[in-house]
Amino acid sequence: MNTPNLEDMGCGTSSATKDKKSEKALKAALVIQNWYRGYSARLKTRQRYALTIFQSIEYADEQGQLQLSNFFSFMLENYTNVPEKEPGLVTRLFGSSIQDKDRQDYLGLIEIPDSYCGPRLQFPLTFTDIDLLIEAFKQQQILHAYYVLEVLFETKKVLQQMPNFTHTNTSPSKEITICGDLHGKLDDLFLIFYKNGLPSVTNPYVFNGDFVDRGKNSMEILMILFVSFLVYPNDLHLNRGNHEDFMMNMRYGFTKEILHKYKMRSVLMPPIPMDGDRAEKKNKLGTATVALGIRTSGSFSEQLTKQEWEQVIDILWSDPRGKRGCYPNTNRGGGCYFGPDITSKILNKYQLKMLVRSHECKPEGYEICHDGKVITVFSASNYYEEGSNRGAYIRMSSGTTPRFFQYQITKATCFRPLYQRVNAIESSAIRMLKERMISRKTDLIRAFQLQDRNKSGKLSMGQWAFSMENVLGLNLPWRSLSSHLVTTDKDGNIDYMSGFQDVHIQKPVKEVQSSLIETVYRYRSDLQIIFNIIDSDHSGLISMEEFRSMWRLFKSHYSVHIDDSQFDELAERMDLNKDGSIDFNEFLKAFYVVHKFDQLNKSDTKLA
Amino acid sequence: MADDRDRDSTEVAVAEFHKKIKEAFEVFDHESNNTVDVREVGTIIRSLGCCPSEGELHDLIAEVEEEEPTGYIRFEKFLPVMTEVLLERRYRPIPEDILLRAFEVLDPAKRGFLSKDELIKYMTEEGEPFSQEEMEEMLSAAIDPESNSIHYKDYITMMVIDEN
Repeated sequence: MNTPNLEDMGCGTSSATKDKKSEKALKAALVIQNWYRGYSARLKTRQRYALTIFQSIEYADEQGQLQLSNFFSFMLENYTNVPEKEPGLVTRLFGSSIQDKDRQDYLGLIEIPDSYCGPRLQFPLTFTDIDLLIEAFKQQQILHAYYVLEVLFETKKVLQQMPNFTHTNTSPSKEITICGDLHGKLDDLFLIFYKNGLPSVTNPYVFNGDFVDRGKNSMEILMILFVSFLVYPNDLHLNRGNHEDFMMNMRYGFTKEILHKYKMRSVLMPPIPMDGDRAEKKNKLGTATVALGIRTSGSFSEQLTKQEWEQVIDILWSDPRGKRGCYPNTNRGGGCYFGPDITSKILNKYQLKMLVRSHECKPEGYEICHDGKVITVFSASNYYEEGSNRGAYIRMSSGTTPRFFQYQITKATCFRPLYQRVNAIESSAIRMLKERMISRKTDLIRAFQLQDRNKSGKLSMGQWAFSMENVLGLNLPWRSLSSHLVTTDKDGNIDYMSGFQDVHIQKPVKEVQSSLIETVYRYRSDLQIIFNIIDSDHSGLISMEEFRSMWRLFKSHYSVHIDDSQFDELAERMDLNKDGSIDFNEFLKAFYVVHKFDQLNKSDTKLA
Repeated sequence: MADDRDRDSTEVAVAEFHKKIKEAFEVFDHESNNTVDVREVGTIIRSLGCCPSEGELHDLIAEVEEEEPTGYIRFEKFLPVMTEVLLERRYRPIPEDILLRAFEVLDPAKRGFLSKDELIKYMTEEGEPFSQEEMEEMLSAAIDPESNSIHYKDYITMMVIDEN
């Protein structure tokens, strides 16, 4: 450690003891500062690692989502029963266009009871309706389905008349505010409106998509944004994100939110005499309608060509990167990575100055790259976990540099110290990672054993990291994370089985093979979506026959090697058979991971 | 024979260090183009277990910077320098007992704590002074709000547990 030369300090004629004392104090201060800076750096790195884990897993899931889309195409080709039995299935999968003439049919089905004390909108909408909604949502009220439908139909009508590109003008006295992903985080939207003012003719906004999924107020955000749009169609601009898609909504929570808020709350209540057709329509309201309200161009099989659909994916899923050129976005499984040269080329071609986009969570809420030509803005703070990231929005006008505003919603009235926050997100990230590991246990062990020639139960760090990356398909700093996942001996070798010792998947039935349990656990989200789609009357039950044939199809498309008889036996033993039907939610809920050191029993409550 | 074995084991060690350094670097390489912001280099080096002083860090950065500093550090320059640092086991971290003794030096009356003002004075005026942000960060975890003092022995124990 460098200690400055005391003679250079010009202490004058202090006594020797005083010098010695201050020298000791100086050295002590240096020790403490040095230690603290090291500690602080390691904390920040741990925070980074946690975010990297969250992000990697998120993108791997998105890959899974695209794979699921492929599966549906495959399913329709191979599920021979479908066209005759379930014409509704095709429409459910690929959307249908509800014509405006249906509007009165839908609205006619719904009556607002006198007991309803939530917000009541008045058409044509005005700014008072925006205020009304905000106040109501602050009180956690729910907007009645009747108004939801009205807003959706109106919004759809207006959006359909708009071109794909909107031009808007700004000036130093009329700056525009740009917000990124909100993902159902209502508190963040409230904060933005509080700090930056409500939308109006003098306070225009652009919202860069991903309004829904993950957070618990997707519906409320959508309603506020749509109503604001209807009141100020020239000053509130809504761009589509990759989550404005009905398949994404099924996986990432919006559909669930709707079913929970609107089915359970009986807002769609009869008494209305119904024939079969109408019942079908009524139940569709829960999912298909709302999703379609967002979709501006109708179903893809009817109106978009394959090439157009690919263009849509490219726009909605791509990410900027430092490497030059354009190459497939392997993290997400869709869209591409584009380099600074591509950005320059496109901006020059259309005489544009910069690209402001979203889609990627950034720790500081925003990030600038490609020499200042690309800005990423993300407005959902604490996106992965409390304390994971800040949110931000941008204010700009022509001729001025953009100004950035950051924030972070927190439940506590004062921030917890950094190390507690880091501990929290780190534990959460490691937990997710362990659940991934356990869901691939069989494949991982096989990969480890292949490298473990002496059958010692140990591998070098390099060997272990290699297998982890290959099997899990996650590009993570395995060496740095190893201390959280496995035990290492004094020679630096890893006891690879130790990674599985404090987690296991609960076995719903004792006699069934682990590999089957793992597989069902691993694909539980996909299976839930698939079963939900087949479940035409949203009863939560499908026939045993459908259950089995869906599993076989799934197995073949996903190349899963499990004996059919095993699966049948599992379903039988779990005794969820209700008159030849199976309650698939109960079935899937039975597969969850138990963490040894948990106080709660169920770690995977998201499935509920 | 012994030399061959030594060489092999050094090669293996170097290969492992390379991978470790690459991992640490990549986490901060936001654009995935093998560069990091120069302001994050200190964090990367410390995350690899080294504890250089600010002065030593400054020298290290000078070694890995471009001739004309761009504000970015390239991996190609960072790797060999960092590998040497790890091989030579430079900038070893401070053991817990030395850290405790340092606090005790600043507390000659052996009260077992430092007042908030005392800690601020030492950390921001002596040695390689803290920035305001660093000071606030340290205080938020270290200070006992009721007594407005830092019970350093408990603090150290807590930090050490947290890291393990």
